[in-house]
Amino acid sequence: MLDNDSRRLILAHFWLAFAAFLVAVILGEWQMYIRSPLRAWIQNPELYYRSVTAHGSALGYVVPTLVAMGFGYAITELALKQRLIGRRWAWAGFALVVIGVVTAMVPVSMGLASVLYTFYPPMIANPFYYIGIVLVVVGSWIWVALMSINLRAWKKNHPGEPIPLAMFGNVAGSYLWAWTSLGAAIELLFQIIPVALGWRSTIDAGLARVFFSWTLHAIVYFWLIPTYLAFYTLVPRAIGGRLYSDAMGRIAFILFLVFSMPIGIHHLFQDPQVGAGVKFLHAVFTGMVSVPTLLTVFTICASVEIAGRLRGGRGAFGWIAALPWKNPMMLAVAFSFVMLGFGGAGGIINMSYQLDFAVHNTQWITGHFHLIFGGAIVIMYFALAYDLWPHLTGRELGNVGLIRLQLWLWFIGMIVVTFPWHFVGILGMPRRMAYFDYTVPAIAPQAVSVTITFLGGLLLVASAFLFVLILLQGHRGRHITLPEFRFSMPVHQPARLPVALNSFALWLALMVGLTIVNYGYPIAQLMALEQTSVPAVPIGGPR
Amino acid sequence: MNATDERLFSFKNIWFTASVGALVGIAIVAAIIGFIWIPSAQKGNRIESLWDAICTAAGLPQPFRPLGQPTTPVERPSNVIVTAQMMQPADSLSIGRGGTLALQCTMCHGARGMSQANSPNLAGQYASSIYKQLRDFKSGHRKSAIMEPLVANLSDQDMRDLAAYYAYLPRERTYSPGQEQGDAPLIVRNGSPMRNIAPCGSCHGGIDTKTATPRLDGQPQAYVRAQLHAFANGARRNDLHEQMRNIARQMTEEEIDAAARFYATR
Repeated sequence: MLDNDSRRLILAHFWLAFAAFLVAVILGEWQMYIRSPLRAWIQNPELYYRSVTAHGSALGYVVPTLVAMGFGYAITELALKQRLIGRRWAWAGFALVVIGVVTAMVPVSMGLASVLYTFYPPMIANPFYYIGIVLVVVGSWIWVALMSINLRAWKKNHPGEPIPLAMFGNVAGSYLWAWTSLGAAIELLFQIIPVALGWRSTIDAGLARVFFSWTLHAIVYFWLIPTYLAFYTLVPRAIGGRLYSDAMGRIAFILFLVFSMPIGIHHLFQDPQVGAGVKFLHAVFTGMVSVPTLLTVFTICASVEIAGRLRGGRGAFGWIAALPWKNPMMLAVAFSFVMLGFGGAGGIINMSYQLDFAVHNTQWITGHFHLIFGGAIVIMYFALAYDLWPHLTGRELGNVGLIRLQLWLWFIGMIVVTFPWHFVGILGMPRRMAYFDYTVPAIAPQAVSVTITFLGGLLLVASAFLFVLILLQGHRGRHITLPEFRFSMPVHQPARLPVALNSFALWLALMVGLTIVNYGYPIAQLMALEQTSVPAVPIGGPR
Repeated sequence: MNATDERLFSFKNIWFTASVGALVGIAIVAAIIGFIWIPSAQKGNRIESLWDAICTAAGLPQPFRPLGQPTTPVERPSNVIVTAQMMQPADSLSIGRGGTLALQCTMCHGARGMSQANSPNLAGQYASSIYKQLRDFKSGHRKSAIMEPLVANLSDQDMRDLAAYYAYLPRERTYSPGQEQGDAPLIVRNGSPMRNIAPCGSCHGGIDTKTATPRLDGQPQAYVRAQLHAFANGARRNDLHEQMRNIARQMTEEEIDAAARFYATR
C-alpha cells in the first residue's frame, strides 16, 4: 500500500508529466495547422522551430522521464512492499526536474533556443536551455540511484528470493537510462555548453552527433520500459489472466539493457564522419533489439489468450471474442500492439542500411517515431495512469465509457496522423520543414496529406484533453476502499531463479563491453582527428 | 546448487558462457561481414589488403584517390581546371593584344567574333571558356585539324589575351530567318531526371551558370548539334568529369535538335 507521502510524490511526477504532455500535444497540432494548406503561411519559420523545440523537449525529455520516475517509485513500494528509502532525495530529484524544465523552457519560449530537442550542433542556443536539460537529467539520475539503493535493501532482507518482475524491469530501465543519458550529457557538458557560454567559438559537430546517437536510440527504450512493465505486470491481472512466463519478461528486459544502447549509429547512416563498417555493425545489433520485442509480443499474446480461455473462449479464435473488450486495459494493449506492429515493421526498414537511404530525413521518420512513442508507448502511459489512479487518490476513477472513448480517439488519431506521414515520406517529403509551398506542382498533390494529419491531430488534442479531464475527475470521485494493489501472477511463480536472471552485474558488464566495441573506435577516431571543428551558429541572437 | 552461492562470472555458469559467447559470436560475424567481406566485394573499391579493407570500413581518412581518374597527363580529359580565379581581370592592353592576335581568327569566327560559317560565335563568350578550349587544342585534349595548327605557336599570355578580347566584344543577336524564339524545350528546362540528365539551363544559363560552362546563347545550331554528337560518340572528350559525355550519350536525337535550335535562337 502507498502511504500519503508516497502518493503525493508519485502524483507530483505524474501531474507535471501530464501537464507538459497536454501543452506539447497542443503545440504539435498548431505545427500541423500552420503547415497545412488550411491557412496562409505564418511567414516566420522561427516560430515553427520554436514550437518544435518545445514539443520535442517536453515529450522527449520531460514527460517519459517523469512517468518512468513516478511509476518507478510506485513499483518500489508496491512490488517490494517496503517503504521508499530516500524520499527526501526523491523530492530533491523532482525539484531539479521542475527547475530544469523552467530553466529550459524560458529561453525556448523567448525564441532563444530553437535548435530542436536533438540540439543539432553547430547550432548553438541560449546556455540556459542546455543547463535546464542537464538539470532534468541530473534529477532523473537521483531516481536511478534510489532504485538501486531500494533494491539492494530489499535483497539484503530477502536473500536468494526472486526480485519481483516489476522491480526487475524497473531497475533495468533505470540502469539503461543512466548509461544512455551519458552520451548526451558528455555532448552537452564538454562540447555544447562551453560554446553556448562563449568560452569557445567552434564545435566538432560530427563528434557531437556521435555522442548524441549514444543517447538518441536507447532513450526510446527508456520511454518504452514503463509500457513493457505495464504489458507484463498490469495487463494480465487487469484482464483476468495470468502472465505466461515470468522468465521471458526478465529476459526481455535484460536484452533491452544489453542491446538497446550500443546501436545508435543507425541514426547516422547518412553521416560521412562514421565508417561504413561501423554502421553495418550497428545495423546488425539494431536488428537484435527486435528480439525482446518479439518475445514480448509472444508472451503477452499468450497471456491474453490465457485470459480469453479462462473466460470460456474456445477454439483457435474463439478466445479473442471472449476477451473483456470493455476493459480499458484490454483496449489499450490491443491498440498498443497494432501500433507497435506497424511502427516496429517501419523500424526494421529504418535500421536496414540500404532501405534507410530511401526514407532518411523524410516524413516517414516522423511517422515512425510518433507511431511507436506517441502511439504504442503513450497509450500504455494512459492505461497505467488509469490503473494506478485509484491507488493514488483513494477515490473511484469514474466513467469507464469516457476512458474507452479517450483511448479510441488517441488510437484513431495517431493512425490518421502517422499513416499519411509514412506514405508521403516514401514519396520524399522532407521532415523538419517549417512550411511547404503548395503552389509548386511537384508537391501540390501532397498537400492533402498535411490536411489529413491536421484532422488526425484534432482527435489527439481531444483525447489529450479528455485524459487530463478524466484524471482530474478522479480526484473528486467517490472514496473507496481498495483491495491491495497486485501485479500480474505468472502461470508458474518461480521460487528460485538462476543468479543471472535475478541480478544485473553480468548484463551491465555486457552492455558496457558492447558499447566499447561499437562506439570505442568512432569516438576515439573523431577525437583524434585534427581540424574537424566548425564555427558555431548562434540561434536567436541578433542577425 | 543453492541460488545464493551460485557463481555468475564463471565459465561453469551456462548463463554466463552462453550470453558472452553469443554476444562475442554475433560481434565477430558482423565485424567480418562489415569490415572485410562487404568492402572487398564492393565494386569500385580498390582494396589492396585485408588491413586496407578494415581501414576503409572503419572510416579512416585516406588520401584522396579519385576513382577512374587517370594519373598521366595524356590520359586526362584536360589539363585545365577552371576556377573562378583562373582569369585575371583583363586590362585594355591585354584586350588590344588579343584584338591583334584575333586577326588570324576572323576567317571563321567573324570580324567581331560573330561567325558566318557555323563556327562558334566568340563575342561575349566567357574568357575562361575560350582560354580553356585554346589550351585543350594546344595540348591535344580537344581534336581539330583546323584549330590545332593555329594554336600551336600561341603562348599562354597570347591565349589569355585572345580570351580577354573576345569576352570584351559585345554579343550580337544572330538573325535566324523563319525561326522564332520559342519556349525553352523540356530538355533545357527540366532535363530528364530518370536518365540522369540535368536541365541544360542549370549550367549553361537561363536557370543558373557554373564556373566552367560556356554560354550557349546564340551559338550556331549546326555547331551545338555537332558538339553534342561528338560528346556522345566520344570524339570530343575534354570535359573533365565526363559530365557532357554522360549527358550527351543519354540524349535522344530529338532532344539534341531541340536544344541546339533553342540556343541558336536566343
